[in-house]
Amino acid sequence: MTAITDVAGRPTRPRAAGEGSGRKRRSGAEGVRSGPVLLVAWIAYAILPWYWLDLSGSAHPLAGYPVGPGGSALALGVTGRAWWLLPLLVPLAIATAGWRSADPQRRNGLLVLGGALGLLATLKQGFLIGLKGWSFAWLAALMGGPGPTQVGFGLGAGVLLYAFLLLVCQGLAGRGWCRGDAFVVGAVGTVVALILLFVFFPVSTILASAFQDNAGHLALGEFAAKITDQSVWGLDCVTGQLRCGVAWNTVFLGLIVGVATTALGLAFALIATRTRFRFKGALRLLSILPIITPPFVIGLALILMFGRSGAVTALLSEWFGVPRSRWIYGLPGIFIAQVLAFTPIAYMVLVGVVQGISPSLEEASQTLRASRWTTFRTLTLPLIRPGLANAFLLGFVESLADFGNPLVLGGNYEVLSTKIFFAVVGAATDQGRAAVLSIVLLGFTLLAFWAQQMWVGKKVYVTVAGKGDAGLPAPLPRRVAWACYATAVPWALFTAVIYILILVGGFVRSLGRDYTLTLDHYVAGFRIEQGLGGWVFSGGAWDSFFATVEVAAMAAPLTAAIGLLTGYLLTRQRFAGLRAFEFSTLLSFAIPGTVIGVSYILAFNVPPFELTGTALILVICFVFRNMPVGVRSAVATLSQIDKSLDEASLTLGARSWTTIRLVVAPLLRPAIMASLVYSFVRAMTAVSAVIFLVSAQYNMATTYIVGRVEAGEFGIAIAYSSVLIVVMLVAIVGIEALVGKRKLGRRETAASPAVAVGG
Amino acid sequence: MSTTGAGLRSALLAASALTAVFSAAAPAAAEGQLTVYCSVQEEWCRPMMAAFEKETGIKVSMTRKSSGETYAQVKAEAANPKGDIWWGGTGDPHMQAAEEGLTQEYQSPKNAELNDWAVRQWEQSKHRAIGVYSGALGFAYNTKLIAEKKLAEPKCWADLLDPKLKDEVQVADPNSSGTSYTMLATMVQIMGEQKAFDYLKALHKNINQYTKSGAAPAKATSLGETTVGIAFMHDHVTMIVEGAPMKVVAPCEGTGYEIGSMSIIKGAKNLDNAKKFYDWALTPAAQAIGAQAKSYQVPSNKATPVPPQAPKLSEIKLIDFDFAKYGSSEERKRLLAKWDAEVKNQPK
Repeated sequence: MTAITDVAGRPTRPRAAGEGSGRKRRSGAEGVRSGPVLLVAWIAYAILPWYWLDLSGSAHPLAGYPVGPGGSALALGVTGRAWWLLPLLVPLAIATAGWRSADPQRRNGLLVLGGALGLLATLKQGFLIGLKGWSFAWLAALMGGPGPTQVGFGLGAGVLLYAFLLLVCQGLAGRGWCRGDAFVVGAVGTVVALILLFVFFPVSTILASAFQDNAGHLALGEFAAKITDQSVWGLDCVTGQLRCGVAWNTVFLGLIVGVATTALGLAFALIATRTRFRFKGALRLLSILPIITPPFVIGLALILMFGRSGAVTALLSEWFGVPRSRWIYGLPGIFIAQVLAFTPIAYMVLVGVVQGISPSLEEASQTLRASRWTTFRTLTLPLIRPGLANAFLLGFVESLADFGNPLVLGGNYEVLSTKIFFAVVGAATDQGRAAVLSIVLLGFTLLAFWAQQMWVGKKVYVTVAGKGDAGLPAPLPRRVAWACYATAVPWALFTAVIYILILVGGFVRSLGRDYTLTLDHYVAGFRIEQGLGGWVFSGGAWDSFFATVEVAAMAAPLTAAIGLLTGYLLTRQRFAGLRAFEFSTLLSFAIPGTVIGVSYILAFNVPPFELTGTALILVICFVFRNMPVGVRSAVATLSQIDKSLDEASLTLGARSWTTIRLVVAPLLRPAIMASLVYSFVRAMTAVSAVIFLVSAQYNMATTYIVGRVEAGEFGIAIAYSSVLIVVMLVAIVGIEALVGKRKLGRRETAASPAVAVGG
Repeated sequence: MSTTGAGLRSALLAASALTAVFSAAAPAAAEGQLTVYCSVQEEWCRPMMAAFEKETGIKVSMTRKSSGETYAQVKAEAANPKGDIWWGGTGDPHMQAAEEGLTQEYQSPKNAELNDWAVRQWEQSKHRAIGVYSGALGFAYNTKLIAEKKLAEPKCWADLLDPKLKDEVQVADPNSSGTSYTMLATMVQIMGEQKAFDYLKALHKNINQYTKSGAAPAKATSLGETTVGIAFMHDHVTMIVEGAPMKVVAPCEGTGYEIGSMSIIKGAKNLDNAKKFYDWALTPAAQAIGAQAKSYQVPSNKATPVPPQAPKLSEIKLIDFDFAKYGSSEERKRLLAKWDAEVKNQPK
């Protein structure tokens, strides 16, 4: 197999699908190699340190190995220090017996049995025995006494759990699941297990509190009262002057933001791909900028422009006598800020989709005498439906979950996300109420997801097939082009002004009041002094800056990998529970950050999965929170790519993994780009989820910025934000260079046809 | 089976590499450590921790969060506490944590040196939270805007009801902000409950926005987004020191105040060091750091010099604030529900 550029680059190549006669699928008989996995399982059990090691303590973490705090499960079990680890030998033995068995039926059965038993047994002992002995009162009563104690899972336990999982998957593949493809079953198993652990487990922990009162007792009546509350569902604003329920506010805002971002994103995407607009580069930069802007900054800039004493307001009132007002606080302000912030997401999803539309279809349409407008309306637009639907879904869900903008600009317009935040940290703390409101929010997301599925329907959107496409993309109909310019250009200028203001803000004493030039803000945040032992980073922002870059750099590739893999599985594989699986990937995205943050503490502060205070919990939180963007953009892009490309590769004897690497991945470059950039950027700009997860060692830039904003020091906040923006721009350029552009074997729009044909 | 062989080799390699990594990890310092949740502003937190480290040699890990956030975190972490001591931040969440048994009792030898209000906080919280600083509630007006509108300078709570101030007063939402809840409780204590709600209903007509954060009205006043902002007086002072055209007012009817507090978290892993920090944080030397960091609250140790910019508590008519009653969850819930129903949801 070669990269796809060859396949698509040469228009007419007679052989491609015909070769590799007959499908030779690997069946269970051909042997899934369980040996290495089994070996790793044994090493994890017998050699690796079983428990989480406390590296901060005064004692050496591996003192007394193979027993002691860093001991292996086998050693601790045999010496009686942790006798409850000994039964794990049973599933290991079962799986090993399966591996040695010659009969495939028996072997696969034993692998599944051993793996599943092993998973259950490992988790069971972890949850039953905790830091303070038996984890449940009934168990303590049954067994008597406080019981033995243990700390959280460490390297050994983690590796063993994953090995057990893989053994189950291999056994199932051997029994013919997913056409016997061990890679696919393994991938599905891995993603499902990760989502169960890092999304379902924490989320269900907190949602359970919806049904409890503050003391932790079951209270269904209270739940019913909270969820039907007038302040959530009231419709008074329709009939009179009073306010509407917060749920309606949220949905209304989400809908208009979703529509606006999709429309603007489409305008940008069409201009970028289908016109000869001269300032494409500038346009692209402007469409990316808002997404790399730390929270609060856009809101702040809007206030400084349109607030009652803002620059624009002052001009209008002085020149035209427009009375100063506070119109920006409330729905208009949140709407503008969210559209500014989320249009880039729509653009990133749509640009790949618009690029992917086969030009020869459009040429065919024009050859058949359809006008440009008819072609656009009946062909181009319907073909980008999956893109539009995904862009809308992301815009809607983002708006629902956004917290920074409503906080700064909300005025008296209340939305669920801020309500939830203050139900957790406000003067009237009520975690149950936060959970109930989260359920409402989740309900809306579910609905949006379902509606999107209905609208996209079961139609086929394939436009990238194995055959090269020598057609020229149709130029936009004039009225569409003008409509695009008319929406995108003013918006781009508006964005530009806001960013100039932000950039300037870091260099003046106090934005909005005192415009004396100064470097004080940068010095306070990013001072570097020459100390005794060399350079000392003494500015207040350095610690959080380094931690943020580190965490973001770790989270981005992981997010992209898991997201795209999931997207691939969703579009290319058929298995039971596909839809449920798809929805579960959206879950963590839909839940407001604050709730995720608290749920992560509740779930991961105690053994067996004790992760709080580490960089790992931040990375994991980002990975599973931002994964949906990778998933959605992969789904949108893949639904355009003809399955026969993968099948040709499979028919030629390539395994799934090889196919992904050589065929799918190069075609997915726009999606890879989108998810890498998005996850990197999100890890640097997210606030609400991490506010509870940061620790002294791992403080994040955004929590630092929020602290500055709280203290009213907008100067440092803006200076820091500008630094982050520059860092992210550099990172994006770097990622782009690394990922490369997708080459679809299409001719440039009348640019230099000769090269493309030869290519 | 060649792949199995390769797998074995790489697995063994990985295992030995891991062992090497773990054995390289060095043990930590000897004086021990301390994890502090700090709920004042960053530039006050940092020199505090640096000074403590310098004095004792104990390594401090400090996380800064607002007091509401810290309370939520301490509560969520209750099963396996990660923090040792919680220093600073408005007293309400400290009281709530004390009420729920999330923090633990401690009697410092320094208690005798403290102002009465600080010790009263300690007694009312059943010896779990102690006052480290205090700040009075008040309002501030933008001098430019008042002059432009040719309004009389407001001096009392009652002056804020002036119809000329329609849509010109800003205060936080008591549901989200402890500052604003302090105001609600203050009004109830000054006027009695019925009159207090009548007053708040009347004030509602003049409110342009109920902000989420308690200090936001101070910032909005400094920028001229609102004419009058209600917040803690030291928040206003910070803006004035930065050069904002504002004047801060101690209302003539009297006013309530907050007590910035400190609590040791129950189940603290470094209890001895937490106690050392507790004692140290009550000394004049430690409390003087606040003013250097441009925080103008009144320190709790009688011997600490009060910063000259700080609103003088002696010149302010302070009410006898009943923290035990108005800090309890029951009363808070009741008052907030009543405020939602009778004030916030009314048309203007």
